[in-house]
Amino acid sequence: MEKNDKTTGNVSGIIANLVVVDVDGPVGQNEICFIDHGDERLMAEVIKVTGNQAYVQVFESTRGLKPGSKVNFEGHMLEVNLGPGMLSRNYDGLQNDLDKMEGVFLKRGDYTDPLNREKKWNFKPLASKGDEVIAGDWLGEVEENGMPHRIMVPFKLEGTYTVKSVTGEGEYTVDDEIAVIEDKDGNSISVTMVQKWPVKMPIKTYREKPRPFKLLETGVRCIDTLNPITEGGTGFIPGPFGTGKTVLQHAISKQAEADIVIIAACGERANEVVEIFKEFPELDDPRTGKKLIERTTIIANTSNMPVAAREASVYTAMTLGEYYRAMGLKVLLMADSTSRWAQALREMSNRLEELPGPDAFPMDLSAIISNFYSRAGYVYLNNDKTGSITFIGTVSPAGGNLKEPVTENTRKAARCFYGLSQDRADSKRYPAIDPIDSYSKYLEYPELQKSLEKNMGENWLANVLKAKDTLLSGKEADEQINILGDDGVPIDFHERLWKAELIDFVVLQQDAFDKIDASTPLERQKYMLEKVLSIVDTSFEFKNFEQVGDFFKRLINHFKQMNYSEFKSEKFKGFEKELQEMLKEHAVEAKEEQAV
Amino acid sequence: MSSQAFQKVYTKLTNITKATVSLTAQDVGYDEMAVVNGRMAQVVKIMGEQVVLQVFSGTEGIPTNAEVTFLGNPPQVKVSDELAGRFFNAYGHPIDGGPDIEGEIREIGGPSVNPVRREQPSQLIATGIAGIDLNNSLVSGQKIPFFADSDQPYNQVMANVALRAKADKIILGGMGLSNDDYLFFKQVFDNAGALDRIVSFVNTTEDPPVERLLVPDMALTAAEYFAVDKNESVLVLLTDMTLFADALSIVSNRMDQIPSKDSMPGSLYSDLARIYEKAVQFPSGGSITIVAVTTLSGGDITHAIPDNTGYITEGQLFLRRDTDIGKVIVDPFRSLSRLKQLVIGEQTREDHPQVMNAAVRLYADAANARTKLENGFDLTDYDERTLDFAKSYSDKLLAIDVNVNTDTMLEIGWELFAKHFSKAEVGIKKELVDKYWKE
Ligand SMILES: Nc1ncnc2c1ncn2[C@@H]1O[C@H](COP(=O)(O)OP(=O)(O)OP(=O)(O)O)[C@@H](O)[C@H]1O
Ligand SMILES: [Mg+2]
Repeated sequence: MEKNDKTTGNVSGIIANLVVVDVDGPVGQNEICFIDHGDERLMAEVIKVTGNQAYVQVFESTRGLKPGSKVNFEGHMLEVNLGPGMLSRNYDGLQNDLDKMEGVFLKRGDYTDPLNREKKWNFKPLASKGDEVIAGDWLGEVEENGMPHRIMVPFKLEGTYTVKSVTGEGEYTVDDEIAVIEDKDGNSISVTMVQKWPVKMPIKTYREKPRPFKLLETGVRCIDTLNPITEGGTGFIPGPFGTGKTVLQHAISKQAEADIVIIAACGERANEVVEIFKEFPELDDPRTGKKLIERTTIIANTSNMPVAAREASVYTAMTLGEYYRAMGLKVLLMADSTSRWAQALREMSNRLEELPGPDAFPMDLSAIISNFYSRAGYVYLNNDKTGSITFIGTVSPAGGNLKEPVTENTRKAARCFYGLSQDRADSKRYPAIDPIDSYSKYLEYPELQKSLEKNMGENWLANVLKAKDTLLSGKEADEQINILGDDGVPIDFHERLWKAELIDFVVLQQDAFDKIDASTPLERQKYMLEKVLSIVDTSFEFKNFEQVGDFFKRLINHFKQMNYSEFKSEKFKGFEKELQEMLKEHAVEAKEEQAV
Repeated sequence: MSSQAFQKVYTKLTNITKATVSLTAQDVGYDEMAVVNGRMAQVVKIMGEQVVLQVFSGTEGIPTNAEVTFLGNPPQVKVSDELAGRFFNAYGHPIDGGPDIEGEIREIGGPSVNPVRREQPSQLIATGIAGIDLNNSLVSGQKIPFFADSDQPYNQVMANVALRAKADKIILGGMGLSNDDYLFFKQVFDNAGALDRIVSFVNTTEDPPVERLLVPDMALTAAEYFAVDKNESVLVLLTDMTLFADALSIVSNRMDQIPSKDSMPGSLYSDLARIYEKAVQFPSGGSITIVAVTTLSGGDITHAIPDNTGYITEGQLFLRRDTDIGKVIVDPFRSLSRLKQLVIGEQTREDHPQVMNAAVRLYADAANARTKLENGFDLTDYDERTLDFAKSYSDKLLAIDVNVNTDTMLEIGWELFAKHFSKAEVGIKKELVDKYWKE
């Protein structure tokens, strides 16, 4: 799409943020242009071309815009600037730095630089003169919030280059030349710490993308224990409104074992983003002792911000993620909510009067979603280092009905399904992840199984499966009880039900707002699971079904007190001891040793 | 609105549909207001020199030689302290017989607040209604609707909330308000001696439905004036947003747009979000809180209007008639205030979160017991106790006629726990039980 003379044009039609432009030269699909409106320049993206008319979607309100307005085409697609200094920043969907904007209200046509051009970074060379390099190879590094930030051969360069020079260690701004490389024809290319990349294209500078095989610890028990996600894995969280998608995502982004967290607030509430702005600078990253905000970048394109920029926001977030992955870092990417992105596509497709697919979404929705999810993943870089993007998106199904296009198409693309259930949310069983319907396909990967065995012990997988079976068996028992009545079933059914309830209350339910319960390290998850399963394995004796419920409720109460206490503290041990005593009341043979 | 001197008058319409007229015109801006034979209209599409105008009150009787003048500006409202105590229509013209107001002209539907310039909402709003204060506490800067069937007294509850909320200004945006309800609001505000704190923009059932589309933006632009320019805490009441959404669907339908679910336009989410997201806590101390009404049909919250609303607002207050006690209650299952955790247990007593959760859990157990009963099964002793508890809980705390302070609500909660349950059954943190349990 490189052109010498810039194409220009004039506005000839306006329907909301869809603008028709008569052009005087070549234009490319997805090319960026600016529409002059008084002193303002409104950014827009070409989404359709017929004859000499380009249809552009404007990333701003078009109020007051008049036909005849001048349009300048830029010759490139929507790009982001990649360089050190993106962590702890708050960007809009087009990577404008929100903190650099003046005033309380957003101003139309106010585009701000995503990077700090004055700040000096301490650069250390990694490559040497004479090295052969290709796109993505590391030339040097600076330290960004305590993390190594690699300066790479620009991703856009094709073929092999020879390093002619790399600057020695010292202080440089992002725009200073830090290296010169030469192509095979002897042309020199100057490299700085900044490069640009079009957001809709994946960055593929890695050597290989294996299947994910390593668990990514999130501290959320019903994910890590029951349906784990992996480094480089994909997952989605569908759920009716108010069932806890955002709370769950925030919990994961606070607790997960990642180097970098990128949060795309895509068409959701501004107050939820404010919560992150206020909380993350206060909270410690348990692994580094630094503040959480230091490893976090926020892309905030909330529901009241321009719809077209909302669509761009998820791509901007993914591109930033790919950039950090290419440095060998573990990136966790969250998008809340991908349904709003799909709706942005729908709004535009309707304005273009395209043939609608199911629920008036564009026909190619499925392809768009799976292309996006496929950009996540674990990679081996050319230098054998590894990096990953783990992506978790929320889905907001219309009417809470999972048989709608966005949910169904996401199901095809994502490997973990964390379905939030209205019933569980209504009865405040948080997180409301449905334990029966939800799944992690990774649990079936031999690669992951092997790594779990190594890190969590030989019995771990069997225990997880047993917990799942117990939950299912409890659900079946519950259904029977509901049909036949408490008295109409053997007492054993009540025991099955309550053993499942025990797992539900102790393992699945987790209070995201309690300091201690909010995050459970794997070691503690393992300890508690074994503890609970040892009870599941115990045979009990009850006189009547009422005793079952009473007894288990008391057990659950004690377990919950344990969950609220510091792991293995005196308090914790106290409750544990009382629990052990309590068990003797009904246990037939008190099994002392751990579950199998 | 009078047309200014030297304004070009067009007199040749090229196309007339139910909702729109088209004409050839130059130098017209998108969203610009116009007058078509005395009726207000707005530019909704420009293609070359063809301009399409949406006529708010419909096009019945408009001839092809109708006079069209463009006003050169998007919809506007005049803001000043003179707004207080006054009633206006959807165009911001007085309907209370009073004089026009003097003030600064502002575009309605203006830009959004930069998210990094927002403050986190933090000020508890007490209403005395335990279904709200205990289970779903409101916070200034929040946006939350009542979900209610049309036969429920939502406007009354909303008026109560408004008057107890201690806001500096209350702005009523009435959409499709029946004349009776309009007079009701006027009267309650008057009786409470609160008229000087209240501004109303009202579209009644007698006005054309499409005009309603302007009401929320009018109300919120006035709200921004008081919250930003005067640093006041402003409470905006929007009733009934379902009728607002209906007007959106009328327009999109008449303009032949492809409908999505429930014949609503595909942009419903963005259209509603643009309004609700005006709720904000400003760093300078001013705030805009939005309490809205979304009427349901037969309690169906999966319909596109409540569904999209629920995805936008920070919770919802679900009104339901509890036949056991014969009162309307704030249903604890379907209601939610997402900002409550910012204040409960901090600006209220420490036991608030746990008491709230325990009571709702026990109420859920009662619902299970009721299902058993309905299916003809025997109830256990525990079941019986949950049912008794549920009845008292509903009557003493959930009913909308409750009006007590939060400490009293918590005390009532503990009393009910002790009366019906053992400590273990309630499942509250031991420290709190030790401190508050009523022996
Ligand atoms: N793990 C949890 N622990 C305690 N409360 C929770 C938990 N998860 C959710 N909640 C409660 O549910 C409310 C709604 O959660 P959240 O905002 O995450 O819902 P959501 O699914 O993102 O809704 P929407 O689709 O409308 O954005 C929270 O404000 C909180 O009160
Ligand atoms: Mg959410």
